[in-house]
Amino acid sequence: MKKNLLIMFVLVFALMLSACGGDAAPVEEPVAEEPAAEEAVVEEPAAEEEAMEGPFRVAIIMPSSITDLAFSQSMFDALLAVQEEMGGEEAMEIVYSEGMFVVDDAAAAIRDYASEGYNLVIAHGSQYGSSLQEIAPDFPTTAFAWGTTLNTFKEEGIENVFAYEADSHEGGYVNGVIAASLTESGVIGVVGPIEAGDAALYVKGFVAGAASVNPDVEVNVNWIGSFSDVALAAEAANTHISAGADVLTGTAQMVVGAIGVAEESGVLWFGTQSSQTSLAENIVVANQVYDWTVVLDEILANIENGVYGGEAYTITLANGGLVMDYNGAFELSDDVKAAADAAAQGIIDGSIEIPTE
Amino acid sequence: MSEIFSATVIIGILTSGIRLATPYLYAAIGETFSQRSGVLNLGVEGQMLLGAFVSFYVAFTTGNLWLGLLGAMIAGALMGLAMAYVTVNLQAVQGISGIGFYLFGLGMSDLLFKMLLGTVETVKGFSVAPIPVLSKIPVIGEIFFQQNIMVYIAFLLVPTAWFILNKTTLGLKIRSVGENPDAADSLGVSVAKIRYFTIILGGTLSGVAGASMSIALLNVFQQNMTSGLGFIAVALVYFGAWRAWGVLAGALLFSMVQAIQLRMQIIESISLSPDLAVMMPYILTIIVLVASVSRVRAPAALTKPFDRGD
Repeated sequence: MKKNLLIMFVLVFALMLSACGGDAAPVEEPVAEEPAAEEAVVEEPAAEEEAMEGPFRVAIIMPSSITDLAFSQSMFDALLAVQEEMGGEEAMEIVYSEGMFVVDDAAAAIRDYASEGYNLVIAHGSQYGSSLQEIAPDFPTTAFAWGTTLNTFKEEGIENVFAYEADSHEGGYVNGVIAASLTESGVIGVVGPIEAGDAALYVKGFVAGAASVNPDVEVNVNWIGSFSDVALAAEAANTHISAGADVLTGTAQMVVGAIGVAEESGVLWFGTQSSQTSLAENIVVANQVYDWTVVLDEILANIENGVYGGEAYTITLANGGLVMDYNGAFELSDDVKAAADAAAQGIIDGSIEIPTE
Repeated sequence: MSEIFSATVIIGILTSGIRLATPYLYAAIGETFSQRSGVLNLGVEGQMLLGAFVSFYVAFTTGNLWLGLLGAMIAGALMGLAMAYVTVNLQAVQGISGIGFYLFGLGMSDLLFKMLLGTVETVKGFSVAPIPVLSKIPVIGEIFFQQNIMVYIAFLLVPTAWFILNKTTLGLKIRSVGENPDAADSLGVSVAKIRYFTIILGGTLSGVAGASMSIALLNVFQQNMTSGLGFIAVALVYFGAWRAWGVLAGALLFSMVQAIQLRMQIIESISLSPDLAVMMPYILTIIVLVASVSRVRAPAALTKPFDRGD
C-alpha cells in the first residue's frame, strides 16, 4: 500500500506542476504544448547564440489569456501585427506567459525571461510594477515595458523601463454618444471590474458621452469587484436589464459573461479594449480597440538606438492607438454615425474635453 | 430610499439570487453526498471547469444542449472515478489529491479550450422556460417559475438529496460509511462501493454545475470561468451542516446578498461604495459561519481513508 501512496503523490505533484506551468508558449504553436511549456520555452532559446543576427526577442507576461477579447488580447494582437510588419518569425520572436494573476509567479517569469536574454520584456498589467522596479536594475541591457501607467521609474534612477497607458475615456465617450442615441428605455447599464485604471477612465468617458447627447439618460454603473468572475458579471448584466437597461457596456476580461446575457436578452452591447464583435454579431454596435502597435513601434525604434527605457506613451484617438471599430453587421443610422464621428473628431482636435476627475 | 422596497426591485433581487444560487446548489449537493460518506472532494472547481467546457463544446458543435449536459456529466463522472480510485484504493490524503484534481481540471479545460476553440464564443443556451400555470402566479411565479430548466432541476435536487440521504437504505449506508466505516463494513456494507458511488455522483453534479454556467446562465466558456465558485460550494457544505436544506439555505443566503449588492449599486438614492458592496456577501458568510460553528459536528470519518486491514 505504501508504494501505491508514493506513486499517487508523484502523480498528483506532476499534475500540479503541469497546471502551474504558467502557460508559457511560443507563438508558433500556442496550442500544441500548453502545460509543460514553461520549461520548453525557457530552455530552447537559451541554447541559441545571443548575437545580434538572431531575431529580436520579445517576452510578454499577461494577467489573463491571449484570447480574452479584452486587455491581454489587445497587446498580443499588436505584437503579432508588429511581428508581421517586421518580417515574421525570423525577424521577431514572441513568447508569452498568460494567466499570471499571481504577481509572484509573474515576477519569476519576468526574471526568467530577462536572464534568458530577451531584448524586450513586457509586463502587461499595472500590478506588476513593483516586481519590475526590483528586477529591471539587474538587467541593464534588457528593455522592460509595463502598463497601464505613465511611471517609468526614472525618478528612482531606473533607465530601462518603458511605460504605456490608454486614454480609454476617449473611445468611452464616443461609445457613450452612440449608446445614448440608441437607447429607447433611457437606461444604460455598465459592468465594470474594479474602479481603477483604464476601466475607471473608460466608464467616466462613457458616462460623459451619454450625457452630452441626452442628460436625462440614466447610466447605471456596477463594479463587481473582480476581473475574473464571469458569473457575477453576467448577473450584473441581468440586474441592469431588470432595471430597464436596453443598452449595456463593460470593460475587462470578465465581461464575456455579460455579453452572453446581453445576447440572450437581445440588448445592445458596446465593447472596449479588443473587438468583441465576433462574440455576438447581432448585438455589438461598436468597440473601442486598443491598438498598441504605435507604442511598440516607438519602443522598438528606441531600443534600436540604444535607449532601453525612460519613455512613457499614451494611446489616443489622435495618434491612432485607440480605434473605433464598428460592427458592419449592425445597421447604424447615418445621423448617429455622424454624431459619433463628430465626437471622435472633437476629441482629436481638442474641441471636446472630457472631464476625468 | 423607498425605491429599494418597490415590487420590481424586490422581485428582481430574488430572481437574480435564485439564478446565482444554481451552480452552487449542484456542486454543493454533490459535495454533500461525498462528504457524508467520509470523503472531502476539493476537486469540485476542476470538475466544474471541465464540465463547463465539455458541455459548451458539445453544445457548440452539435447544437444539442442535452447532449452537452450529458457530456458534462460524463466528464465530471470520469474525474470522480479517478478521484475515487485515488482516495479509496490508494487511500491518498484527500485534501491534497483534491487540489491535484482541481489543477488538473483547470489545466485540462484550458488546454482543450485552446486546442478546440481558441477564442471565446457564445452558444444558444437553455432559455427561460416559464412553467405553465405556475408562472402566472403573481410575484412567486415571476421569481421561481420564469427561469431556465437548469435552475428548476437544481432546486428539485435539494428535496431529492434530502430524501435519498434520510429516507432510503442507500442514504443510511452512505451516512454509516461516513460515521463509522468499520461498523458498516462488519454489517456487510461495502465502504469502497459506497464511496465510489458518492464521489462519482459528486463529480457528475459538479460537471452539471459547470454546464449550468456555460450553457444556461452565461452561454459562454472562458478559461477559469468558475473563479473560485467550486471552493465556495465546498464551504457551503460545512455552512449547511452536511444537510441538503442547510446547503440550500447557505447557497440562497450567499446569492441573495450578492444580488442585493449588485442592485444597490445601481439605485441612485443609495450611494453605497462599490468596494463595500462587494464585501457584503463575504462578510455576512463569515459572520454566519462563526455564529453557527460547532452547531453540528462533521461526519466522523470525514477525510479518513478506510482500510479493511486484509
